[in-house]
Amino acid sequence: MATVDDLKFQEFDDAANLLAANPDATTISIDEPVEIPKNQHSRLQEPGREEDDELLGTDDSDKTELLAGQKKSAPFWTFEYYQTFFDVDTYQVLDRIKGSVFPVPGKNFVRLYIRSNPDLYGPFWICATLVFTIAVSGNLSNFFIHLGKPTYHYVPEFRKVSIAATAIYAYAWLIPLALWGFLMWRNSKVMNIVSYSFLEIVCVYGYSLFIYIPTAILWIIPQKVVRWVLVMFSLCLSGSVLVMTFWPAVRDDNRRIALATVGTIVLLHALLAVGCLAYFFDAPELDFPAPIIPAHNGTVNKITMPVSPSVQ
Amino acid sequence: MRDLKAVGKKFVHVMYPKKSSALLRDWDLWGPLVLCVSLALMLQGGSADSKDDGGPQFAEVFVIIWFGAVVITLNSKLLGGTISFFQSLCVLGYCVLPLTVAMLVCRLVLLAGSGTVSFVIRLIVVVAMFGWSTLASTAFLADSQPPNRKALVVYPIFLFYFVISWMILTFTPQ
Repeated sequence: MATVDDLKFQEFDDAANLLAANPDATTISIDEPVEIPKNQHSRLQEPGREEDDELLGTDDSDKTELLAGQKKSAPFWTFEYYQTFFDVDTYQVLDRIKGSVFPVPGKNFVRLYIRSNPDLYGPFWICATLVFTIAVSGNLSNFFIHLGKPTYHYVPEFRKVSIAATAIYAYAWLIPLALWGFLMWRNSKVMNIVSYSFLEIVCVYGYSLFIYIPTAILWIIPQKVVRWVLVMFSLCLSGSVLVMTFWPAVRDDNRRIALATVGTIVLLHALLAVGCLAYFFDAPELDFPAPIIPAHNGTVNKITMPVSPSVQ
Repeated sequence: MRDLKAVGKKFVHVMYPKKSSALLRDWDLWGPLVLCVSLALMLQGGSADSKDDGGPQFAEVFVIIWFGAVVITLNSKLLGGTISFFQSLCVLGYCVLPLTVAMLVCRLVLLAGSGTVSFVIRLIVVVAMFGWSTLASTAFLADSQPPNRKALVVYPIFLFYFVISWMILTFTPQ
């Protein structure tokens, strides 16, 4: 704050002494434009990026959305357009994977990690890894289960890779498409504050599948209890990421529709996990896989003749 | 004759990988084609109780290798790599050589018997050749990537050679 005294001519003191006396003073060096405000802003960004975003709220997200709008201006038939979907560094991908495995209650995955920079690298390669992990783990698990039996002859079961690929890629791309279409339709009827682009939904779904990779490896253990505990655990983790992402988008809607939407998301996620477990991994004690998979209209479908009593 | 010499020189380069821009500049796809066809042929004749349970067919191996190489090349270019499309295909194809050698060794070992000892030998050979392939292709390709995305480019290469190694290791004769 300038007083009358300050306006008098003062001896130019050493810059260091001046700064020591008043550390927060704005300093300007002749050869560079004023950069201090930006430096302070970026220094805040690095350690506490997430808190900063929450505090700044709409301000920062407006800026990033503006930048995102500028970013994707290349026409869709050029290579540069697709490069904008791969504009991520290693640490960003690792951060997003970490965010999908350790969901923080109350923090939205999309706002926190994706921040208007959805990428296709994560969803594509996580799905590819998951396909091969399930196929290889299933094959290994069947080998260990049937190892002692004299009539067993090992087969690589290569066909299952293409089946796994179809199922997982269809889940990771068609369900987001359906969900996006549904949210757009509801958005036109009800004024929602939060709306996601198609790529952000694909991103969330892709990264939420990551937890199934170590789960599939652990499914090699031929114990039914262990496998079902793993299913529940991974379903809780990735399901909570999905729920926390999509609940803000539907909570302003009709209560029943909101609950039905979130319920369907979780149910389809569970269906994928249980379906993979049933199809690729033989049951440990029996020769026929015997789980009961409930369809989401409430009826129970049996897929094989179960040895254990059926659940009604 | 000159082409054969060029192909042979590249084979030697792969077995003793050191960064050489000569390999990258004069790309050719003859070597990868020969390796892919011989690997696919050697993976035939696997056991199958039914058509659905056997190992990969010739066309499947072919498609996996070429489609996989194309996808990895596209991935590295989308992430901002400076290598050209065919150069990358060339390197990835040539680096299948150690795995083809592993397949040859596995088939010879399987002629002798298919018990636990033979499995352990095959496992060691395949793992060693898988490491060699991945390291050779990474040595050639990693430099053309922006430095903070190297891991993003190396991981799909690792996955690609892992899948090929798995196909080799799980080959069981009739």
